[in-house]
Amino acid sequence: MRRINLAGIALNLVLAAVLPVAAGAQQMESHVGKLTGHSDAGRQLYYRYCWGCHGARGNGDGENAPYLNILPRNFVIGAFKCRSTPTGTLPVDSDLYNTLKRGINFSNMPNWSALTDQQRADLVAFIKTFSPRWKTEKPGDPIQIPAEPALSVASIKHGSELFQKLECWKCHGQEGRGDGPSASTLTDSNDQPIRPYNFTSDNRSKCGRTNQDLYKIFMTGLDGTPMPSFADVIKPEDAWDLVHFLRTLQYNNKSPELALWMSTKEGAEIVNAKKVENTYTGSGVKP
Amino acid sequence: MDVRGGSGVNRMANRPVTTLLYVAAVLVIFLSTCSPASALPAFARKYGMPCSSCHEAWPKLSPFGQQFKDNGYQMGNDRDAPIFQNPAYWPVTFRMTPYWHRESTDKAAVDQTASGEAQVTTHGFDWSGLDFHTAGTLANNYSFYVLPSSDNTGAFHFESVWARVDNIAGSSWLNIKFGKFELDNLLSEKRILTLSPVGGFYENYHFQPFLTPGNRESSYTFGIGDNQDGIEWMGHSKNDRTRISAALISDNDGTPGLPTNRGYGGFFAASQAFQLGSMGLQRVGGFAYIGQQPTYFQYTTGGAGIPGTGIGNQRIYRVGLIGMWYLKKFDITTMYFHSGDNGTLASTTALTGAPPPPPSVTGARSPSWNGGLFESHYNLNPQLILINRYELVRMSQQVFATNPGNLGNTDTLTFGLRYYPFISSRAGFAYHAEYAISRIRGGSPVTFTDVTSSSLLGGIDFDF
Repeated sequence: MRRINLAGIALNLVLAAVLPVAAGAQQMESHVGKLTGHSDAGRQLYYRYCWGCHGARGNGDGENAPYLNILPRNFVIGAFKCRSTPTGTLPVDSDLYNTLKRGINFSNMPNWSALTDQQRADLVAFIKTFSPRWKTEKPGDPIQIPAEPALSVASIKHGSELFQKLECWKCHGQEGRGDGPSASTLTDSNDQPIRPYNFTSDNRSKCGRTNQDLYKIFMTGLDGTPMPSFADVIKPEDAWDLVHFLRTLQYNNKSPELALWMSTKEGAEIVNAKKVENTYTGSGVKP
Repeated sequence: MDVRGGSGVNRMANRPVTTLLYVAAVLVIFLSTCSPASALPAFARKYGMPCSSCHEAWPKLSPFGQQFKDNGYQMGNDRDAPIFQNPAYWPVTFRMTPYWHRESTDKAAVDQTASGEAQVTTHGFDWSGLDFHTAGTLANNYSFYVLPSSDNTGAFHFESVWARVDNIAGSSWLNIKFGKFELDNLLSEKRILTLSPVGGFYENYHFQPFLTPGNRESSYTFGIGDNQDGIEWMGHSKNDRTRISAALISDNDGTPGLPTNRGYGGFFAASQAFQLGSMGLQRVGGFAYIGQQPTYFQYTTGGAGIPGTGIGNQRIYRVGLIGMWYLKKFDITTMYFHSGDNGTLASTTALTGAPPPPPSVTGARSPSWNGGLFESHYNLNPQLILINRYELVRMSQQVFATNPGNLGNTDTLTFGLRYYPFISSRAGFAYHAEYAISRIRGGSPVTFTDVTSSSLLGGIDFDF
């Protein structure tokens, strides 16, 4: 009992010392729609909700970090996966806000939709106090997402060709299961092994579930991971074709893309060959 | 466990026992129970999150914790199923509370005074019972909760035993729970922040009126704060702002083995949360319980009722409205209660093998009463919370017209604070201090005058 108490007091003192140092050095605001977030208010929220993983200094070394197989984001570096801005640039406030609201699938980051809008905005403001980049740089300009073209079999087929041409399969595997030949070699910016996204497991990507979210991912890249930006490699219309094809890999998701693809003889054969009936993993998810 | 000291207070006071025995019984009940709230470091360890994520101040849930609970102990971030955990992970938490406390009542029945009453005060070091919480997911969308709970001698019972199928057909509106569980009370008595015999329960959740001065209704026991046996449907919006539930329960107050009757009751609850600028998340809701209790045994043997054969059921009901109001770090919960019992049931003193005389013979009426609760917290920071609660119960109709109109009226005032010296995802630890005082009109079994009781408690509440 005494050990617990002393350890607690020590930890408390450390936090009391570190948090103001880490956060009190500057005031930040965030602006999301009509909301204005304040770092002062966000500090208490961070201490309540986030500190255990992201650490008192925001550098991702919270007490739980050693137990997580995807390390928490290091806010000091200022590199974020889910952005609407070009690779290498800071995200806009709404990017961080949306990440808080949505969570990051396939990681320990839950969605914080239970918080109020104002609380999320306050947290965004506080998170920005950790990195010196926010003092010296401005966020990147959000990329322009052209209107999604009409879905067609030709679009899906072209997307399939791009999947081969861009060598997406090297990481994600030919069937999109995240088991490509390079998969086992990949590491993130923390030098931790990272697994490519398995399209067959869910209809949610790390940064959202809509087609626009998917489009953004390979046009902006996921900074801090091996997933690069393809903005300089493919044209916007090609990117949409790739989106349409990737949706067909999510054969547990009843998407229009999959339905259209399954309506063709070729598509039906490919998709049905991938399915493994009556086999469940412990997670209850059909592989 | 299911009847914190307070409900015990009322039940003991309703019988013609001495007040000293009443105080002793209160202590025994309190000490035989342990902290019922669910604050599970096992969850924190599983998800690597600090306790304060899910608890405004454990065991009280935050909106995030409520969402996690309603979603079947799932974050929805693919770390929910046991398959993702270290094989050594074992979802078990224990909780216990050593403390010092002082208990006092001003109308204890004693042999040494002419009036037969005296003020009795006692104090000393003590400890609670032990809770073993084990809960979590068995697979995606299959959750469970088993809570063996002991008294402070180590005698165990099962406080919670349930399994839940979550998000059926992919809908958050379709969740089915089966077993022994806490009713969907927005203000959870299992997560109450106070621990003392006088202040460690919600009076309105357990109140039963007096039959005559000094003598409460005693033919049945029911409290919406007690865990109940049954099946529950619960639905909620994705962000948990809207919640609704309906439960069908056996009317045995969570007691195993069908001890009295075959009656069923229904509990319904609904609430809606909304944002109010930067003030926080506000929530309003309502609940209703409609149940029945037997008045006599269909069969007896040797004069004793055969368990489960209670018949002649009569209705009881409990309804209420709740508001949970947040003004940044300050919050206050307001509740209004209205309750009533059938007159035949209320005037039945014990179940026998024959129907009790009807109200036309006894002159009994159907008692009804109103109640109010105001519980406020000032959450200075995640480590310190100040607590204040005032509860009142006011009878609107007594069982017998000859009873004083205010018989049984109760006021309880509680102050407390909890300080968490560290916030961790591995364990919980709180310094706890509390003072509570209550007054029950006509509660004395000797002189039928008002009884005032108080508790002073300081201790260390911890779980791991």
